[in-house]
Amino acid sequence: MSAGLALDFTVNGKRRRVRVPPMKRLLDVLREDCGLTGTKEGCGEGECGACTVLMDGVPVNSCLVPAVQAAGVKIVTVEGLAKGPALSVLQRAFVERGGTQCGSCTPGILVTAHALLQRAKGRVPGDAEVREALAGNLCRCTGYQMIVNAVRAAARETQASARKRAARAAKPGARAKVKSARTKAKPAKTKVKTRTKAPRGRKQAGR
Amino acid sequence: MIRASTPRTRRHKTTLRPEPAVGVSVPKRDGADKVTGRAIYVDDLKFPGMLHGRTVRSTVARGIIRRIEFDPAFDWSGVVIADYKDIPGENCVAHLTEDQPLLAGREIEHADQAILLLAHADPERAEAALGAVRVDVESLDAVLSIEDSLAARVKVHGEDNVFKEYNIARGDLAAGFAAAAVVVEGVYRCGHQEQLYLENNGMIGERTAAGGIVVRGSMQCPYFVHHALQRMFGLPPEKIRVIQTVTGGGFGGKEDYPSVIAGHAALLAWKSGRPVKLVYDRLEDIASTTKRHPALIRVRTGHSRDGTLVATDVDVVMDGGAYVTLSPRVLSRGALHAGGAYRCPNVRIRARAVATNTPPNGAFRGFGAPQTVYAIESHMDRVAAELGLDPLDLRLRNAVVRGDQTPTGQILRESVSAVEVLDRTAKRVGWTEKRRRFERENAAAERAERAGRFAPGGRRLRRGIGLALGWHGASFTGSGEVRLASVAALELSPEGRPRVMAASAEIGQGAITVFTQMVAERLGVAPDLVLVETPDTDRVPDSGPTVASRTTMVVGGLLEDCARGLRERLELFAERAIEGGADFQRVARRFLDQRGPLRVERGYRKPPWIEWNDDTYQGDAYPCFSYGAIAVEVEVDLDTGEVRVLKATTAQDIGKAIHPLLCTGQIEGGTLQGLGWALLEEVRWKDGRIWNHQLTNYIIPTSMDAPPFDVVLVENPFPGGPFGAKGVGELPMDLPAGAVVAAIAHATGARVDEIPITPERLLRALDGREETR
Amino acid sequence: MRAALSTLEVARPRDLAHALKLLHASLGTGRLVPLAGGTDLFVMLNAGVLPGRRFLDLGGLRELRGVREQGDHLVLGALTTFSEIREHALVRRRYPALAAAAAEIGAWQIQNRGTLGGNIANASPAGDSLPVLLALEAVVHARSVRGTREVPFAALFRGYRDLALEPDELIAAVSLPDPGAPRPLGGGAARRGARPPRAKQFFRKVGTRRAQSISKVVLAGLLRLGRDGRVDLARVAIGSVAPVTLRAGRAEHALLGARPSAVVAAAARAALLKDIAPIDDIRSDREYRLRVAGNLLEQFLRVAEPRFARR
Repeated sequence: MSAGLALDFTVNGKRRRVRVPPMKRLLDVLREDCGLTGTKEGCGEGECGACTVLMDGVPVNSCLVPAVQAAGVKIVTVEGLAKGPALSVLQRAFVERGGTQCGSCTPGILVTAHALLQRAKGRVPGDAEVREALAGNLCRCTGYQMIVNAVRAAARETQASARKRAARAAKPGARAKVKSARTKAKPAKTKVKTRTKAPRGRKQAGR
Repeated sequence: MIRASTPRTRRHKTTLRPEPAVGVSVPKRDGADKVTGRAIYVDDLKFPGMLHGRTVRSTVARGIIRRIEFDPAFDWSGVVIADYKDIPGENCVAHLTEDQPLLAGREIEHADQAILLLAHADPERAEAALGAVRVDVESLDAVLSIEDSLAARVKVHGEDNVFKEYNIARGDLAAGFAAAAVVVEGVYRCGHQEQLYLENNGMIGERTAAGGIVVRGSMQCPYFVHHALQRMFGLPPEKIRVIQTVTGGGFGGKEDYPSVIAGHAALLAWKSGRPVKLVYDRLEDIASTTKRHPALIRVRTGHSRDGTLVATDVDVVMDGGAYVTLSPRVLSRGALHAGGAYRCPNVRIRARAVATNTPPNGAFRGFGAPQTVYAIESHMDRVAAELGLDPLDLRLRNAVVRGDQTPTGQILRESVSAVEVLDRTAKRVGWTEKRRRFERENAAAERAERAGRFAPGGRRLRRGIGLALGWHGASFTGSGEVRLASVAALELSPEGRPRVMAASAEIGQGAITVFTQMVAERLGVAPDLVLVETPDTDRVPDSGPTVASRTTMVVGGLLEDCARGLRERLELFAERAIEGGADFQRVARRFLDQRGPLRVERGYRKPPWIEWNDDTYQGDAYPCFSYGAIAVEVEVDLDTGEVRVLKATTAQDIGKAIHPLLCTGQIEGGTLQGLGWALLEEVRWKDGRIWNHQLTNYIIPTSMDAPPFDVVLVENPFPGGPFGAKGVGELPMDLPAGAVVAAIAHATGARVDEIPITPERLLRALDGREETR
Repeated sequence: MRAALSTLEVARPRDLAHALKLLHASLGTGRLVPLAGGTDLFVMLNAGVLPGRRFLDLGGLRELRGVREQGDHLVLGALTTFSEIREHALVRRRYPALAAAAAEIGAWQIQNRGTLGGNIANASPAGDSLPVLLALEAVVHARSVRGTREVPFAALFRGYRDLALEPDELIAAVSLPDPGAPRPLGGGAARRGARPPRAKQFFRKVGTRRAQSISKVVLAGLLRLGRDGRVDLARVAIGSVAPVTLRAGRAEHALLGARPSAVVAAAARAALLKDIAPIDDIRSDREYRLRVAGNLLEQFLRVAEPRFARR
């Protein structure tokens, strides 16, 4: 066959170029050509989500994406969720709250959950919303509840840190005092309802 | 070797009085690697010169291989081919018996049976080679169901197709039934279930320069594989090395099957002289590996008017598949649990495992008990309905208490919590009030619908709640543990850290973490200090298989003992007590400097009070039982038969929760598997082959199918278990199915005696009733 | 993955015109297989089923993306993903049944890659968007080197997985008419400038579980009552109960012009059973599908108009 496709894309913030057959699965490109074995194959048919990666910010089954369609995209895998050696808030929540048992679904689930939390922009998603976001990630070990708990705990922790940061940022200086009052007032005004019109809600006609 | 991870929270301080290590939910030891993608599973490994293996399998269920043809138009260069003649030792997968061949020679006994092995450096070529082999099989009549097997018109095994039979009897059955005011009979059916570990089976085999074999891969029982390989290759134990890689789930599906795939990978490596990776895709894994035994169970019970059990008669038939494999053990456990956690003076249990021309069935969490507990619990709900009794009261009246005897004559001496788990579950869920409320709401919904008013979305919904009680004997049955003769050890690492040496496989359940806790507790150090060696048969002793809810109780018990011994040795050496981790390491290092390596080993010793007779099947079947009860709430859509589980509430006595979060995780995960078995998971067959071997069509619960769980950990310490711990891995699987059947009956009035209760089955059962057309 | 992916070729057209040229040129030598989101194609390849060895990558064709209004129609590019469909404000407002269907296709990952054009071209009798498109009387815009051809959805499926498209035609877009636009029956011409009331839309998929599932029965319905209280618009489209997704013509006939009542609903149900021809297959059986199809129809009717549930 031909020498293959020169695939230029970004993986976990790093620009990469690999030479692969155009129909090679993104999953295999990541695992073999990029040496990133964190993403797993559970079924090869887009059913289990173990192969989930973010492609330009949204979760996709990498076992269903051909290399030719990954040109110029930004991929995030489980290896790219943390900055540096420390675990991210989400990863740590999984370790501490029973969100991971055998670990084979974990990379895909973390990636999907990460996307959910990015999308939620500091809001804490409700139980039903998390479950719906994760419906494409099968887990056989946990029963899902601890996973959902871990995701929501991570969201709460992130929200709390953000609020602390906002409060701290407003402190220094007298003029800033006025600002800080306003800043403090803001969270109350924009208190987020858990029943939202976020696109991932289950609005169905006739229901 | 597993290095200790350093999570941020719950780091124990090395103070003079260390915090307890047991009963605390420390961060999961292997968690950091798993959430970062650093954990290396077998398919993540690469070796220089590695080939990729594939398996040629039979497409017919039974027959004689007449001819094997290799397409001359295919480029066979570089393709390694191995058949049964290449097996250096015996062509058998030796376990309980020796009837299963590693590769088919002349006879095909089940569809997808392995015939030939192929390997090539390019996985695409290996895959293409599969299509270039033609196996001509002369088809024979196949036995494909329990009924066909019992009829024995076609003989697959012996004269009657029966692999194994157990008979357990107690009291006088006839007299019991004669005295009964009411006799209730039912026939219950359950089907195959696929373990569906997210990581498919996989092995990498190598032939060493010294003429030995090394196998790495996904498994629960390294020494089972080790033993099987010895026979296949005719090699002594020291020439075989088996290493467990990080394993993505097992649930029993990687108990005995790994010996088959390891044998295949090793054979290809043996023949080619190169490392061979043999990893199944999901299609192959579902089609050809072991499943839960289907069962057909007839239950007949006699009761006094008030519901007291006076006679229990159970007939269990399980489908073992084409070879014996684990069927005698599965059958045994099923039989021993078949009476339920109930007191009954007159009991007869007859259990048979029969042969069919299907892939051999094997271990799946619960191992026979889910099947028989499902049957007796469905039955008890039927009895309650017939007698007009509350299902909770019926159970409370009959549940075993301390001092009661089981059908094998075992006196339940310790940690008997059947009543307590029932009580706590019922209270937690608000059993009585919820039952009544659902009944009221269902009646109101019915009235409303007749008047033209419906639930939101125009739906017709009914709710129900069902209860089940279950028990599960921890560790191997009877003399099983004696035969296993497990050994575990604790060593000192060069840095003076305690290192666990055991063959127990971490498969997600938290074995590694729990071991570090138990050892740490006895040594008075933090769990972080304790290392756990990778299960590598070159390094660790045979502490037995990772099955049977024995890891914490039996192997943990051995390690606890080792820790005691290790501490004694070091304190003797130091001539003083050791206080905390820093001190421990200092003393340990000094010991290593002055005395050299230190290893403390302990072997299983049967508690003297356990008496079991394998011939009569009488005595103490298990050292102890764990008990659990569950209440499942469902919502049924009458228009579609879809059942939504609203909530599962359960109290389970596990003796002592070494790690409460991991225990709860086992319970939640096991409960969902049980719910999946009861409602969604069905293996469908076509001409003896699994039809729905695509994950698209084998339906396990998603996060949206899973209910919230409310778990109550009950701790009734078992003195014979480390820190009082009993088993927890399998009990959760035994409970949900019976409760689901009952909940659906409560919601709709339809009692379905076969699981999974798919929407199709439920609508058929509702047929003719007022609620649907 | 059981297909030899490294042996497969992919043509990467610069733009739609180039794609159409390539597709046309390939007819003699082995038709290029169009590749959109890959969510059906790669499942086939995984099982070792090869629809061809040469593929036409549509992924870069901007002309096939985007959602825009055209008069009172909404036009969706063939490469619109189901995530885009379910999140689009205009789709949610005007075609809630389509948004609902999009939300039930697979799960988030599949919705992010699966395309409208792909779902149509795959032509599965169980395709979740198809009953909605049929009920909305969508029009497929097929492009080829010869230009554009508009194919009403009702004419699109000739038989099991057999589309009434030329082998060198690509689905470029799908336009959705205003659901209230069809002329009301018997009520005379609408007042100039007045919009007829929107029809009620209904969608329900009965799958193998609550998410990530293939449908066993999938129904989309539109219903509207005229000023005289009689049904003046009734569309029932149903999938997984025949070799193709179909409009239940007899059921619709039983509804049109009728005053809503339980008797009429029963008649529509009985008529529906003659419209469909379900089978036993890997997911479900004929008996179940017949019963549930009827139940879904009745559910649709009583949601759209409570009087259908009253005697």
